[in-house]
Amino acid sequence: MREQIEEIPVGQFRHLVSERALNGETMLLNMGPQHPSTHGVLRLLLELDGETVINCIPDIGYLHTGVEKNMEAKTYQKAEVMTDRLDYMNPIGNNLAYVMAVEKLVDLDVPPRAQALRVILTELQRISSHLVLIGTWGLDLGAMSMFLYCFRERELLLNIFELVSGQRMMTTYFRPGGVWRDAPVEFEAAVRDFIKIFPRRIDEYERLLTKNPLFVDRMVDIGYLSKEAALSYGVTGPNLRASGVNWDLRKARPYMGYEQYDFDVPVATEGDTYARYIVRIEEFRQSLRIIEQALDKLPMGPVHSDNRKFVPPPRAEIGVSMEALIHHFKLWTEGFRAPDASVYSAVESPRGELGVLMAGDGSGKPRRVHMRTPSFDNISAISEMVKGHLVADLVAILASIDIVLGDIDR
Amino acid sequence: MDKNLEPVVKDLQSKFGATCEEFRGEAQCLVKAENVVPALTFLRDDCGFELLSSQSAIDYYPQTSPRFHVVYQLTSISKNLSVQLRVPVADGQTIPTATGVYKLCMWRERELMDMFGINFDGHPDPRRILMPEGTEGHPLRRDFPLGYEEPQFTFNFDEIQLPKPHPKE
Repeated sequence: MREQIEEIPVGQFRHLVSERALNGETMLLNMGPQHPSTHGVLRLLLELDGETVINCIPDIGYLHTGVEKNMEAKTYQKAEVMTDRLDYMNPIGNNLAYVMAVEKLVDLDVPPRAQALRVILTELQRISSHLVLIGTWGLDLGAMSMFLYCFRERELLLNIFELVSGQRMMTTYFRPGGVWRDAPVEFEAAVRDFIKIFPRRIDEYERLLTKNPLFVDRMVDIGYLSKEAALSYGVTGPNLRASGVNWDLRKARPYMGYEQYDFDVPVATEGDTYARYIVRIEEFRQSLRIIEQALDKLPMGPVHSDNRKFVPPPRAEIGVSMEALIHHFKLWTEGFRAPDASVYSAVESPRGELGVLMAGDGSGKPRRVHMRTPSFDNISAISEMVKGHLVADLVAILASIDIVLGDIDR
Repeated sequence: MDKNLEPVVKDLQSKFGATCEEFRGEAQCLVKAENVVPALTFLRDDCGFELLSSQSAIDYYPQTSPRFHVVYQLTSISKNLSVQLRVPVADGQTIPTATGVYKLCMWRERELMDMFGINFDGHPDPRRILMPEGTEGHPLRRDFPLGYEEPQFTFNFDEIQLPKPHPKE
């Protein structure tokens, strides 16, 4: 006997579906949470007329881990470890957003070498994040080889992260006031190797995908998002730039010395899935430009601030200086105190504006840390994009938004 | 504060009775709950703040009046400015929804209702968003317990070990 598929009661979604669903003319279908093309545990409730999507109701929260709540119980240094786990495709960028908020809250300086190292690593991470996206995007649309090529190059990047921080993914390499320790001598050569190899690889991806009719036909004029809708929903990052808004926080509000580097902000005006792909491919090249310039200019000097109230002293000093020992002890037991005020600081992550609202309460632990994660707001616009498209197109649209469920659910 | 932001802040003060503070170069303007929708509409239509970057809340427990601040972080792309609106809310007080001004509030307000129990009047879809349906309480309130397990030492070993579930013989 065939098992009956359990029907979804339409009652609780009465206000979200069309009249026809209530009459039983259209069908409610569950997509996810376990579905390979939702890139994680995302549940989409689709109202379908045949194969056409009439309404899409996303259901999130399956990966909710209470990171924001947990941060309130930890000191500023210890809470940083959890930011890696939010957007697990962009751990270094999350660290950057977090430490920048802490630095702004306590007014802490960052030396130029640390800033340059942060820029290089964040841009490498941006490339790595886009590689995963382009690879899985190809996989979703039936281009299996793309996935293998992209993960081949990502491995080179993960090796660089391992070289500097000892970890491939959850690095926590950036610390308030600088970075954990100076990059090893092999670092520059490893990055230069990557810069030398990668432009040819981008051309290779483009030969495989950009003009591939199978790929193009499934993306052009699919999932249109207008400029006004994108702004209203708070869609940021490459998705916003693909809708024709030239807004990049690295350019508009430079942080970490981005103003020293010469790069362009790729913008497309079509607003469809293909435009989002083109913008990201171009971002590969711009990130490489930034990395190359930053590496050429990489200054020598200290990699963390010498403000001992916030940055622990070097190990060698602890044995000979009483003051250093006290600072070390205070920092790793109580942590540093932040004023009873709040700041908002935002960086451009591969997915958009990653903002941190951080409120201190005068003690060593934050009162509130809110991560404005870009995927959360980007995915909320999906109902706008999928209306009238086929279920198969939904897969392409979902891939183009570049969601990470850890980023959405926090 | 940015020079171009000063007229915006002056308008907020004169039209909506906002009290503005500055911290680390950020303008933070407190407005009353009944003024928030007109203020957001004014900022979007007349001052060019097209993008609401973020909507969030801070819990000032044990302070009760106001207990929460709902924070609207606005960004102007055309003028490259940002301003923060804050709405003090007491526990149990409702504030009008801003979903008509920025669609971003559709999900962010659901998140605030879910995590803080702040009620938004007139929200079109007031379901929980992150926590499962039927959850008791609001996890991001400061008085919601975090959950904790006592470390096991020799002096309290049995006390913790015995209540733990054990496999049956």
